[in-house]
Amino acid sequence: MIVTLLGLACFALLVVSLAPRLVGLAPLPDRIRNVSLFAIMALLIIIVGMIQSWNVALALLNLCLISSIMALGVNIQWGYAGLLNVGIMGFAALGGVAAVLISADPVADAWAAGALGIFVSFILAVVTVMAAIYAYRNMAPSMARGLTLFAIIVIGLIVIRYFYGPARDAIEDVNPASEGYLGGLGLPIILAWPVGGVFAGLAAWLIGKTALGLRSDYLAIATLGIAEIIVAIIKHEDWLTRGVKNVSGLPRPVPYEIDLQQSQWFVDLATRLGQDPALSSSVFVKLCYAILFTVVLLIVLWLSERALNSPWGRMMRAIRDNEVSANAMGKDVVARHLQVFVLGSIVVGIAGAMLTTLDGQLTPGAYQPLRFTFLIWVMVILGGSGNNWGAVLGGFVVWFFWIQAEPIGTWLMQTITSGMAEDNALRIHLLNSTAHMRLMTMGLILLLVLRFSPRGLIPEK
Amino acid sequence: MELLNAFILLSNFVLVPAIAYGSQLALGALGVTLIYGILRFSNFAHGDTMAFGAMVTILFTWWFQSMGISIDPLPTALLALPFGILFCIGFVLATDRIVYRFYRRQKAAPVIFLIASMGVMFVTNGVVRFIIGPNDQKFADGERFIIKARTFKQMTGLEEGLSFKVSQGITVVTAILVVIALFWFLNRTRTGKSMRAYSDNEDLALLSGINPDKVVMVAWIIAATLATIAGTLYGLDKSFKPFTYLQLLLPIFAAAIVGGLGSPLGAIAGGFVIAFSEIMVTYAYKKFIAYLVPESWEPDTLVQLLSTDYKFAVSFMILLLVLLFRPTGIFAGKSV
Repeated sequence: MIVTLLGLACFALLVVSLAPRLVGLAPLPDRIRNVSLFAIMALLIIIVGMIQSWNVALALLNLCLISSIMALGVNIQWGYAGLLNVGIMGFAALGGVAAVLISADPVADAWAAGALGIFVSFILAVVTVMAAIYAYRNMAPSMARGLTLFAIIVIGLIVIRYFYGPARDAIEDVNPASEGYLGGLGLPIILAWPVGGVFAGLAAWLIGKTALGLRSDYLAIATLGIAEIIVAIIKHEDWLTRGVKNVSGLPRPVPYEIDLQQSQWFVDLATRLGQDPALSSSVFVKLCYAILFTVVLLIVLWLSERALNSPWGRMMRAIRDNEVSANAMGKDVVARHLQVFVLGSIVVGIAGAMLTTLDGQLTPGAYQPLRFTFLIWVMVILGGSGNNWGAVLGGFVVWFFWIQAEPIGTWLMQTITSGMAEDNALRIHLLNSTAHMRLMTMGLILLLVLRFSPRGLIPEK
Repeated sequence: MELLNAFILLSNFVLVPAIAYGSQLALGALGVTLIYGILRFSNFAHGDTMAFGAMVTILFTWWFQSMGISIDPLPTALLALPFGILFCIGFVLATDRIVYRFYRRQKAAPVIFLIASMGVMFVTNGVVRFIIGPNDQKFADGERFIIKARTFKQMTGLEEGLSFKVSQGITVVTAILVVIALFWFLNRTRTGKSMRAYSDNEDLALLSGINPDKVVMVAWIIAATLATIAGTLYGLDKSFKPFTYLQLLLPIFAAAIVGGLGSPLGAIAGGFVIAFSEIMVTYAYKKFIAYLVPESWEPDTLVQLLSTDYKFAVSFMILLLVLLFRPTGIFAGKSV
């Protein structure tokens, strides 16, 4: 009964907020429309809580919050400055690495076995790059310079491998079933969030330095590449992150369910509320996460809004809308682009670290470009590029339907194919393929929004 | 003799695979570069267009195989290729009509086209996975080798064998034929010339009465043809898996940029540069060196510069170097 009422309320709000635009009437004041859009989202999550379970609803909410932060980061790059980042996956993965390096317990044996070798090879890598840059700057452009550079790099690689190979093997031999990596610093995992931002920012600086100032496509392709490489490193450098063996059991910033169930105050609280302690403990944990994530989201959102409405924000939009005239006004377009690109990537890195925190493990195999890069793009475009609230709403809407598309799709397929026989090959194929329908749906949403409502759900002011 | 062995070893593991892979990349990069030259955006959907074309070819191959049609010793896929090309052309023209034409009329920024192409990529990827599934598909048949390593050893009496797969031979021959046809078309025919004119200077081309719709359509037809051929050849040579085509996007873009976006000759050169560097950097030279130096000098390590896990890092490094030092590419493509 309540669910039906909520559903009706949802639908009514949707009609009120979007219909005037569709039928060409004077639209509602922005504020009312925006509030009702967010209210719909809240109602939808509550409905999920009532129909499925509060555990599912809160898990959904947590990922919605993280997605919103990622979308905010991308909105800073694309919405403010028109920069195309197709490597969101890589920056998010760097956040995940930060979570491991900060919070996992150090493996003392592995440190003793190979940390020195890794350190030496790192220094050698830096030396090689410096030597190459030195040679490039100080030699006249000639065949000899090319050969020297080539020689420096090849010799550098060989020497690095000489130190790196044994060190890596030594580390990976230390208790390979559960460790076999250097481990982290054993610090609270919350610290990993800013550190993840720093990692992502550094990578973004490197890419931005190379690809910004050239034509716009280059940044897209360069970010696509760096993302693939970052994920390849995480997958294959077992000494760093255990590769595809995953690092699991990362510490949590919130209590564990089992501790809650054993503490008297919690059991009392649960019984007073008339709930099962086991069930409510996991709801409680998810609620703690939700509060933490909401705090981060609000901070990032507040900062983004401040930045957007400051002279800096106006300058960024001026650069985005007309680079040539902004340049003529004395704005350093490339430097500003670099700045905004790094800032956006930092936000994505923070969100990436939060995601790994929520999962409690780093699973490199889970970093898929379609899930981490293109889905975030759909969020930003659908929500309304250039508008922070839009990005947040987009994060909620897209993640909600990304998760709920599976049950909806299965139901839809079952209804469509219900006339066919149980063992009909086509029916089985269709039912098995519902998972791929999500990709198609997201692509279609992206194309439809881009075409018919390019300003998104909450347009830029 | 040792020198000859070393050379054969290198040919077997570096030269032949790199030439085949380079041809596949070059065909892919030609499609990207052509679309860039005419429509002026980097088409992110190109990898999945390759997958789509290859998928249709595979479906026809299976159909032919089930009917017992074959052109043994050549793989049946060659017979199915024209059908794959036709379907792919249809698909690509449909996306152009539904998606890109609207933005062309609006004179939208290249970035918008790029995002739209990401949407098309999503949908194409979904369609391919929906129809054929996400798994590996085998469709190669016919003779497998032109020269087997063992036969080569018996023939020459050398210690090292040189194997040459049919798929590699077909790849190289097809690539050469396609490139000749393409260059003949671009340089000798009226439509080809008008395409080059349009690519060089759009306004001037429009003033001299070139029909932009026709130019764009022909560009898509050629791109779809190239994509299907490249996709099928890659699938024959390695294996067909929808996801790998997404990963091919990076080396293909790198190849197109290294050669200079918009320059067909550059795309071919770029394809081979990327393929050779990728394979040479990740090849373990231990055995090769062992042939050349006295026994006591033999290295104990693999003498591999970079592990094969990072083979696409190579194309990325080359991409970065080109962006740093020569952003217009070797053959000076266009810039926006």
